[in-house]
Amino acid sequence: MTILNDPVSAKLGDRAQLSYIASQAADARLNVELETEGMTLNIGPQHPATHGTLRIIARLDGEQVLWAEPSCGYMHRGYEKLTEVRSFPQVTSLINRIDWLGSFANEVPFILAAEKLMGVEAPPRAQWIRTILFELSRIANVSLFLGDLGVQLGAITPVFMAFRDREYVLNLIESATGGRFHPNFDRIGGLKDDLPAGWIDETKVVMKKLRNFCDEIESLLFGNEIFQSRTRGIGVIPRDIAMQYGLSGANLRASGVDWDLRRDQDSPMAWNKVDFKVWTHPDGDSFARCWVRLQETREATKIVDQLLDGIPAGPVMAKVPKIIKVPEGEAWVSTENPLGEMGYYVVSRGDSGPFRVKIRSASFNNISITPWLLRGVYVPDIITILASLYFILGDIDR
Amino acid sequence: MLSLFAVEIPYWGQSLLRVLGGLVAVLLPAGTIVYVFLFKMMSFMQSRLGPMEAGPYGSMQLFAEVGKWLQKEDIQPDNADKRIFRMAPVVVLMSTFLLVAVVPFGPDAWFTDFETGVFYALAVSSISVLGILMAGWSSANKYSLLGGLRAAGQLIAYELPMVLAVIGVVIQAETMNLQQIVVAQNAGSIFGSDIVGNPYVLTQFVGFVVFMIAVQAELTQAPFDMPIAESELVSGYMTEYSGFRFLIFFIGEFATAGVFAMIASTLFLGGWGVPFSWFGWTTMDSVDNWMNVAGPLIVFTKMMVLVFLIMWIRFSYPRFREDQLQRFAWKVLIPISLANIMATAVLKVAF
Repeated sequence: MTILNDPVSAKLGDRAQLSYIASQAADARLNVELETEGMTLNIGPQHPATHGTLRIIARLDGEQVLWAEPSCGYMHRGYEKLTEVRSFPQVTSLINRIDWLGSFANEVPFILAAEKLMGVEAPPRAQWIRTILFELSRIANVSLFLGDLGVQLGAITPVFMAFRDREYVLNLIESATGGRFHPNFDRIGGLKDDLPAGWIDETKVVMKKLRNFCDEIESLLFGNEIFQSRTRGIGVIPRDIAMQYGLSGANLRASGVDWDLRRDQDSPMAWNKVDFKVWTHPDGDSFARCWVRLQETREATKIVDQLLDGIPAGPVMAKVPKIIKVPEGEAWVSTENPLGEMGYYVVSRGDSGPFRVKIRSASFNNISITPWLLRGVYVPDIITILASLYFILGDIDR
Repeated sequence: MLSLFAVEIPYWGQSLLRVLGGLVAVLLPAGTIVYVFLFKMMSFMQSRLGPMEAGPYGSMQLFAEVGKWLQKEDIQPDNADKRIFRMAPVVVLMSTFLLVAVVPFGPDAWFTDFETGVFYALAVSSISVLGILMAGWSSANKYSLLGGLRAAGQLIAYELPMVLAVIGVVIQAETMNLQQIVVAQNAGSIFGSDIVGNPYVLTQFVGFVVFMIAVQAELTQAPFDMPIAESELVSGYMTEYSGFRFLIFFIGEFATAGVFAMIASTLFLGGWGVPFSWFGWTTMDSVDNWMNVAGPLIVFTKMMVLVFLIMWIRFSYPRFREDQLQRFAWKVLIPISLANIMATAVLKVAF
């Protein structure tokens, strides 16, 4: 029998549930006697911690959160609808802006879906360069997370280090694609251009710098007792709850689920050509999520190094018609993006543009766990938990 | 000090002169130096240049900031308790002001020679809690309220280890007069050696560490900046302040850091003095007059060292959570400082 309809108490036995209700009622009586009134705190839409316009409605009792709920949609731009009036090559300029810190990674699953419908496959060199750029945007994205984490917890120095070293990666992306934030570089059947001369050597130097940055952040933040006491045991997501809420990416791996689309699915990308470790953590708390991301950044630099060594020669563009018409059909392609699983369900009616597109973005699912996670925590922990869940507002609202 | 001018000044005139002297000679330079030093230091730690445009190497940045803040509109929220809202920054600044009054800067260069200077300094430093609570409560803002309440809890909790840490010094110096504490340190000796005198940072090291941690918390600097916590509470109790009222909070923060560092240097680092054995002085009366000029410079130098320490910690540490912060004060700092008092008392009797 289930008396209370929420995931925590559903796991308790009947007697435990009844005593839970009794304790809640006792609390309520005490509150009535002392006339303590709760307070509703709106964290956002304009708030330094939500980096964007997410609004968290939190009902507080003193510093404790009774319940909290995210309210999103303040930055909804309607990309799914807008794609219907664009041609396939034009769509990449829209979807670049979903997860704006790792833009190139947004383009890849959509282009792969379109290629799947057309039956085209990019030449090997294009696949390798795509994978390299994909991992570079992962590094650019997650390195900013590592710096921002410090700011959310009150340490202001790491963010400057993050911006300093992310700059090198952005310069690389810019010199290869022409765009720092929104490369718009992926084409159906390959890439717009080949890599510029000297890019490979330069990238190797930058990857070394990024590994140093990871070491710096590890010694500055992760070894700090205050950081550990703020994150360890805070916002614990058990393995099965994480899977129920559809978390993905580092949030899922930090709960001990060994699941990474780069390794687990067969896609026309170069991940299966390199050797890398998928990091998991058994704890599922905020510290685990941050730690997994740190290790992933390191792993990504190693992936890039390996790919640079073995990059094949050849064209970067397959033979595709000048005017792209995608045959009728439906395709679902998802990849392991910096924030988690990102997928596109593309429906084509044989026109130059998609008939319908459904975007599955990682952050939307990742923050859906917040009402469950924020119950009973303190106000400072809201920020820790939101920071460690790591969402990007464009990725929530699309 | 005022007898130097060889004129009789009525008591109110003396008080006024002291207040003006405290403002012009100590607080403004302290605020300015601390501010510029802080910004440059912070920038170099964070691999950037910091202010560069205002004055040579950005040294006039503070004046540019003051000019900027004075031009801004003074906004008061509709639902704010206006009178208290306006009073709050002044109360906070007043506590800093009153603190300066007892800091000695030389054998004759002091504003007041209090017999119970230590007691007074610790008492007036807690006035700022009232100002912060007033600001938090009167702003009619939920973030301000949370910030103000956090600040009140924190400042009261850290007042205690601060007082207890100083008691060790008082036991050792056998006086509460700050001037005599300075003399006791510089004329003293450790195990018969008077090369460096007896700065209490050596013999009262535990007390010094506890005192500096408590100062960090009193200043609401990271890792104890929960009341401001810009990533959670926007700006805590000063969220609603703008224009020159914000400026008072803002500059007051740096000036208070400077003044607390001065008090700490007086209590633990020997204040204005140099070890008396260097120049063959033995008592207060034999100190040469030039120390009245050199003294303030020495105090400022020591202040900078301690401010550097405070800011260094501020820029490298994340912040505690409110409950962890309270636990740290009550379960760690207070037992340590109590044990320190006991050890000091036993050793004082033994030697």
